[in-house]
Amino acid sequence: MFGTGAWSRARDSWSFATLATRSRSRRTVVDLARRVAETLSIPFCVGGGIGSVDLAAAILRAGADKVAVNTAAVRRPALLGEIAARAGSQAAVLAIDARRREGGGYEVVVEGGRADTGLDAIEWARRGVAAGAGEILLTSIDRDGTRDGFDLDLVARVADAVRVPVIASGGAGIVDHFVELFATTGSDAGLAASIFHSGEVVVSDLKRALAASGVRVRPSAEAA
Amino acid sequence: MIAIVDYGVGNLASLEAALRRAGADDVRVTRSHVDILTAKAVVLPGVGRFGHCASELRRLGLDVMVRVARDRGIPLLGLCVGMQLFFDESEEDPGTPGLGLCRGRVRRLRGDVRVPHTGWNQVRIVREHPWLASVPDEAYFYFVHSYAVEPVDECAILATVQHGGALTAAVGSDGLLGLQFHPEKSGAMGTAALHSFVSATSG
Repeated sequence: MFGTGAWSRARDSWSFATLATRSRSRRTVVDLARRVAETLSIPFCVGGGIGSVDLAAAILRAGADKVAVNTAAVRRPALLGEIAARAGSQAAVLAIDARRREGGGYEVVVEGGRADTGLDAIEWARRGVAAGAGEILLTSIDRDGTRDGFDLDLVARVADAVRVPVIASGGAGIVDHFVELFATTGSDAGLAASIFHSGEVVVSDLKRALAASGVRVRPSAEAA
Repeated sequence: MIAIVDYGVGNLASLEAALRRAGADDVRVTRSHVDILTAKAVVLPGVGRFGHCASELRRLGLDVMVRVARDRGIPLLGLCVGMQLFFDESEEDPGTPGLGLCRGRVRRLRGDVRVPHTGWNQVRIVREHPWLASVPDEAYFYFVHSYAVEPVDECAILATVQHGGALTAAVGSDGLLGLQFHPEKSGAMGTAALHSFVSATSG
């Protein structure tokens, strides 16, 4: 029903958990946030199917630090502002799934990449921030699951377009992908999950490689 | 009993769990005036907008209780916007006064940096305080904020963090501590930071 991921956070650690839920049950999601908050001592973000400010507020009250909205924000951008007004813009994460257009540029897609929206990803990021988003979780649908590396062009363009933190997702396969992400884009973090779960990339190796490339790294010993 | 002031704002579930991890066995999330005035220590959380936090606190009559607790010498810990509320007002919502426990300003982050300042960052200790005794210099803590306090009086800057310049990470005076970062979200180091406060105030 839900998966966990981890964000390589603020250029110095992977210390942010994400919970993606497809549950339609409001109570399940809120209970999940509460149970996670009881045991986890690092920040976490809940996303998936959040379509109302009331549900967002309930999840945040239960102990989540942020909620990520995607399709619901495309339908109604004002939702971002409503969450920001209730809980602060730092709690309102705009998740953008983007796919390269044949003629250039990036299309915002929803429903796991199955539906186009007609929105340009860079423009949508700008609008989302103006509407109240305090962070952007940017996933390249083209790279997601490929382990070919982050879409550096997409990430750089979005990171240059907004002043809020941008988290890059999709394509991480090896340690060097994080190194090139931070070296070539203004992105604040890279997200990866499966490569950590499978043990293909070991966090301590990643941190060592980032430190060697000049990125400040929070020592692993301090992690929760 | 350590009272976490419940005015409908802040990550209260995480904060309560963190205080227990730090060794507090009696923690109460409460908006009872009696609880606050009989507590061994009071924790004022806060996230989001300064104006919203200040007006909710006032609406519940809790602003007076926190001030009275301070007057009576009950140890007081403010976190994030809870710490900003110690001050007179914030640039974020100039018309809404804070608690006025500390003199100074709360100003929007400046410079060519991303705002909010989000993520893990290194805290430099510039002055000692008994409730920060277990925090080593240059440890990492989790930050999320768009405004920072600039104290001008006895609420001295205890620690700073670099984000487009040196920002206030902690302020304190006798019986009072404010942290801009989130110890309840800062892993083992956050628990260590709360441990000093818990052990100093529950003895």
